[in-house]
Amino acid sequence: MKQLMIAIKATLLLTVLTGLLYPLAVTGLAQILFPHQANGSLKVVNGKTVGSELIGQSFTKTEYFHGRPSAAGNGYDGLNSGGSNYGPTNQKLSDRVSDDVKKFRAENPTYTGPVPADLLTASGSGLDPHISPASADVQVARVAAARGVPADTVRQLVLAHTEGRQYGLFGEPRVNVLELNVALDQAAPVRK
Amino acid sequence: MTTNGLFQIGLYLAVLLLLVKPLGAYMARVFQSERTFLHPVLRPIENLIYRICGIEEAAEQSWKRYAGGALVFSAVGMLLTYLLMRVQQWLPWNPQGLGNVAADLSWNTAASFTTNTNWQSYTPETTMSYLTEMAALATHNFFSAAMGMAVAIAVVRGFSRHSSKTLGNFWVDFTRSIVYILLPLSIVVALLLCSQGVIQNLHPYTKAATLEGAVQTLPQGPAASQEVIKLLGTNGGGFLNANSAHPYENPTPFTNFIQMLLIFVIPAGLTYTFGKMVKDTRQGWALLAAMTVLFLAGVFVVYSAEQGGNPILAKRGLQTQATATQPGGNMEGKEVRFGIANTALFTVITTDASCGAINNAHDSLTPLGGLVPLVNIELGEVVFGGVGSGLYGILLFAILAVFIAGLMVGRTPEYLGKKIEQKEVKMVMLSVLVMAFSILGFAAAGINLSTVGNSLTNHGPHGLSEVLYAYTSAVGNNGSAFAGLNANTMYLNVTLGLAMLFGRFLMLIPLLAAAGSLAAKKQVPVSAGTFPTHGPLFVALLVGVVVIVGALTFFPALSLGPVVEHFLMQQGRLWS
Repeated sequence: MKQLMIAIKATLLLTVLTGLLYPLAVTGLAQILFPHQANGSLKVVNGKTVGSELIGQSFTKTEYFHGRPSAAGNGYDGLNSGGSNYGPTNQKLSDRVSDDVKKFRAENPTYTGPVPADLLTASGSGLDPHISPASADVQVARVAAARGVPADTVRQLVLAHTEGRQYGLFGEPRVNVLELNVALDQAAPVRK
Repeated sequence: MTTNGLFQIGLYLAVLLLLVKPLGAYMARVFQSERTFLHPVLRPIENLIYRICGIEEAAEQSWKRYAGGALVFSAVGMLLTYLLMRVQQWLPWNPQGLGNVAADLSWNTAASFTTNTNWQSYTPETTMSYLTEMAALATHNFFSAAMGMAVAIAVVRGFSRHSSKTLGNFWVDFTRSIVYILLPLSIVVALLLCSQGVIQNLHPYTKAATLEGAVQTLPQGPAASQEVIKLLGTNGGGFLNANSAHPYENPTPFTNFIQMLLIFVIPAGLTYTFGKMVKDTRQGWALLAAMTVLFLAGVFVVYSAEQGGNPILAKRGLQTQATATQPGGNMEGKEVRFGIANTALFTVITTDASCGAINNAHDSLTPLGGLVPLVNIELGEVVFGGVGSGLYGILLFAILAVFIAGLMVGRTPEYLGKKIEQKEVKMVMLSVLVMAFSILGFAAAGINLSTVGNSLTNHGPHGLSEVLYAYTSAVGNNGSAFAGLNANTMYLNVTLGLAMLFGRFLMLIPLLAAAGSLAAKKQVPVSAGTFPTHGPLFVALLVGVVVIVGALTFFPALSLGPVVEHFLMQQGRLWS
């Protein structure tokens, strides 16, 4: 009985400490120290919020670099993050990849090698903002043709947006698709 | 496997091992009532908690009262969490206007967070209000971790004390875990994560107009403060559905590195704390060595399986060889910023520990890549393990190991100067059997029910793996999932909730009973016949016992799931 009273008091007190004071204090500090990051690293172009630097979005037009397939809702749905959860022997996985390979070959006829694995596999979050540098490279010819600019111009932009390992140590080299496409629209706008 | 990938794994292990001694020594001071450098700031807070709650700091408890404290606190906390979810619609900090949570889902979630499992049958973005996340869920990340540590320390006192009727005071050990260890680390690392891009606000969700003219809704909320304790307390319940694969929870490779360290740092440090408390640090290093061997074995299996990729997709035209500019391998369910090596490493860490946070979709791992997380949990999460639960789990196997060694040479087994007798071995075996029966019993029932069959995303052997993984994760209090299983059904919510409670409390109570019995014994002096438990021979024996107990129990089930799937994948078999 004595322990029950302690348990009730401790639950309430520690809920206030770890469930209100702690997160609210961290929120206050984060808003002062890192407001951009704490609020979602939003990407603003010409005064309009076009997305987040950290969150991928759907690209299907030929003049844009395409990201990875997304299993989040109908694709890059911010409220339905998650992977396909297809196991390696799932028929649906095999069919999806087969279809995407066909589509890729039709859109990028000049590239004939094997397709980089990351470009046609769905990420775990469904919101992966990145593709590998190789996956960007295989799309350069298509994007350049669609925008009517030399392939070298586009390739230079890809290089400028390729990140190496973080601090030279962590993770893998990558290209942020949204950042690259925003830069592309500024450097080589599509002629209407 | 790439050279750089191996280098990053090595770097992780090196940094982890460097942290063991300083953190372990600090924790030993905290639990032995010695002064630490944080006392000027934290001691008044600790005292205030004792005064308000009516806790007598100097009062010692028998194992029964100690266990009673843990149980009654869990019950009260679980009830409060359940109630908060049921009425969240009418409470503040709910900018999305989310409705009250259904009864079966609230039961499952309350059981899940109370038991340090953090299994999630729900999509957080569209289910839980900010208040629920902060005050009903993140709080349990502190509480359940602190309880794990308290119980582990009580079990260690079973060895370090002799002729004693008591194991310490649950409320004191519990309070100290939060005030001196979990909270200070959380505040600092939450801000570090935030600086890298983890969100921390109370705003409504953001609407963005994408480049191609669609509308994308971006979730918001107090994620960083929950993220850090999710990992540090080996809880694993994500603020967002994709968990640590989500760029708002784990935005960069550096945050991924920090997150992996957070999961292992307390369990690794506790081995040193243990050594300190039994006054022979070699005993702690021996446990750490056994854990490291099992950890590295898991990492290499997953890394090579995932880098090898899926031959079925290679045939469809995907590049599975890694090059300098692309990761290759099996990238389904993985993030480009982490690549194969850091995904494999995270997968092993989160299932060695009872964490269950994921930075990739485990359901999409290759068969052998998915076998390892299953095995890790089924071994009892003793490879570093959960916060506290890892230490008391490996001590359980240590008792079993000396018992078997004793049988081989025909001597009464001893561990740390305590005779291991009938009572202890019975209690230890009870824990092992409860786990096996719960996992296999629930899974066997599940695969025979059409209600569970309808929840599957994958079929064939992978379907069996999905069900087996769910109950393994629940009983092991891990919380990761083969998430293709739609677990938000009445049957699965109820049975998985029960499995979590069995796995937590039917493990914890017998161990405290064993500790109580050990504490009451006299110390046996070391003699020429004493089997030394700090050398390579003991480490090898311990690893062997852990592996054999796990293998004998679960091998038949595993061979019908991932093992069969591996061979059929090589032949190109598919299931629709």
